[in-house]
Amino acid sequence: MTMAGPSHLAAGPAEQPRPVYQIERLSKTYARNRLTALTDVNLALHKGEFVSVVGSSGCGKSTLLKIMAGLLPPTTGRVVLEGQPVTGPRDDIGMMFQQATLLPWKTTVQNILLPIEMRKGRAAAKAAIPRATELLQLVGLGDFANVYPGELSGGMAQRASICRMLISNPAVLLLDEPFSALDELTRDFMNMELQRICAEQHATAFLVTHSLAEAVILSDRILVMKPRPGRIVEEILIDLPRPRQLEMINTPRFGEIVAHIRDLLGKEAFQ
Amino acid sequence: MTLSPNLKDDPQVDTVWVEHVALIDSIPRWLAMLGLAVVVIVIWDLATARLGWVSPIILPSPGETFSDLIFVGKNLLSGGYMLTALWTTTRTVFWAFLIATAIGFSLGVLVGETKFGERAVMPYLVAIDTMPKVAFAPLFIAWLGFDIASKVALAAFIATFPIVVSTAAGFYAASENERMLFKAMGASRWQTLIRLKLMTGLPYIFTGLKIASVGVMAGAITGEFLGGGKGFGALIRESASMLDTPRVFSLILYLSLLGLALFFLVALVEKRLVFWNKADRPGGVG
Repeated sequence: MTMAGPSHLAAGPAEQPRPVYQIERLSKTYARNRLTALTDVNLALHKGEFVSVVGSSGCGKSTLLKIMAGLLPPTTGRVVLEGQPVTGPRDDIGMMFQQATLLPWKTTVQNILLPIEMRKGRAAAKAAIPRATELLQLVGLGDFANVYPGELSGGMAQRASICRMLISNPAVLLLDEPFSALDELTRDFMNMELQRICAEQHATAFLVTHSLAEAVILSDRILVMKPRPGRIVEEILIDLPRPRQLEMINTPRFGEIVAHIRDLLGKEAFQ
Repeated sequence: MTLSPNLKDDPQVDTVWVEHVALIDSIPRWLAMLGLAVVVIVIWDLATARLGWVSPIILPSPGETFSDLIFVGKNLLSGGYMLTALWTTTRTVFWAFLIATAIGFSLGVLVGETKFGERAVMPYLVAIDTMPKVAFAPLFIAWLGFDIASKVALAAFIATFPIVVSTAAGFYAASENERMLFKAMGASRWQTLIRLKLMTGLPYIFTGLKIASVGVMAGAITGEFLGGGKGFGALIRESASMLDTPRVFSLILYLSLLGLALFFLVALVEKRLVFWNKADRPGGVG
């Protein structure tokens, strides 16, 4: 069990990066059924860091993500992004869901501009078209700006939703099993794309997943959660070198890490 | 089907699957429709004019019907009394459809979007919907008289419910992820309502409008049967009471054109407005 800082600095300088997102003594109890979804969760995300949360279903990882997104109020605790307490949805929080969730009546570029259009109006959205085009190029969808989502494949749609997440230059990316609806080959490819995009944008990312391999290949740190009540039981530093490659899945070190996490979670599942 | 002949003789190949195309798939749609029409008319002709199995009062022969069809068509084209009747019914249907759409949509939003509508209003709507709505016709006549208003009211009354139900269902149709997306973007309730729920609901709403376009026809004609007036329904009843069966048939046929026109108008608007809703949407909402 290691509780040290991040092992990997995306930005380069050797100094300790400032925490972007900080959560202290967070708990969440649902009033309706008095269920304790989360208890005493502490975590800090540093600039350029990729952190994943793994755990069986019902361990509170989705609740944690929703609280971090400002979609759900915490019961107690401090939730602070860039020095400001998170009290509701904010435009410096980028979010991605299991489904691409593109609106089928808007073109790809209109979908990407949607967050700006909602918050600042049509004029601001129009002004952001160059930025949207740039992002589309970043994810390799340059030729699909004016295509409707119905004509995009599942992987392309998720790449468009990456652009929509990045359009407002968020300080943190919250990823809710973003590629779980894709087939395995596309998913592997998209994970590598996500790594590349995060590196290029120096993004601070927080991923919720139930795929251990996905968490290990992408993350600098993995938080292992257990249910009843939802809590973080272990923090694992992933010391695999950057950039990560899919071939690393076959290395002994990768296998050790996955086995370790599986062991941690497995004990809980059969209790 | 396009199997090279030498493949069959090849000793290495022991199974050859030949896919046959069903006969109906090789016939164009218009030809199939025409074929069926011809068969039906021939049987109809045999049963009435040729063999005389059926009395002409019950079922006129195709020849009689067609000549009457032409007569009615001429009357309509020359602006005769039948055109006035058709115009009356068209106006009835138009206003009824408009009123049904306005009321049905408003109630649908109330039921689909508010807890009050869902819990307090919906049970009453369901209760009224289960009643035979034609039974309300005498009330509408008593309230609004024998003029067009009572027919409009009955037709609108019948057509409102499918619009309410489909609008309410449409406003529920947005997925959990879409709602979360809008919440995360800081969308107001109004923004979510118009830009998400209304849009995802449009295909449902149009389904309701199509059902309503059929209902409004039934309502208008029933109203004219029961309340008289100057519409096509009154004309049909008149002809039927004089045992002029060919006239009844041709009037119904022309009336069906009005129904078809309304239905296809709604379908056309839908195609324009809900342009994205074709086949499956792998990348979209799914």
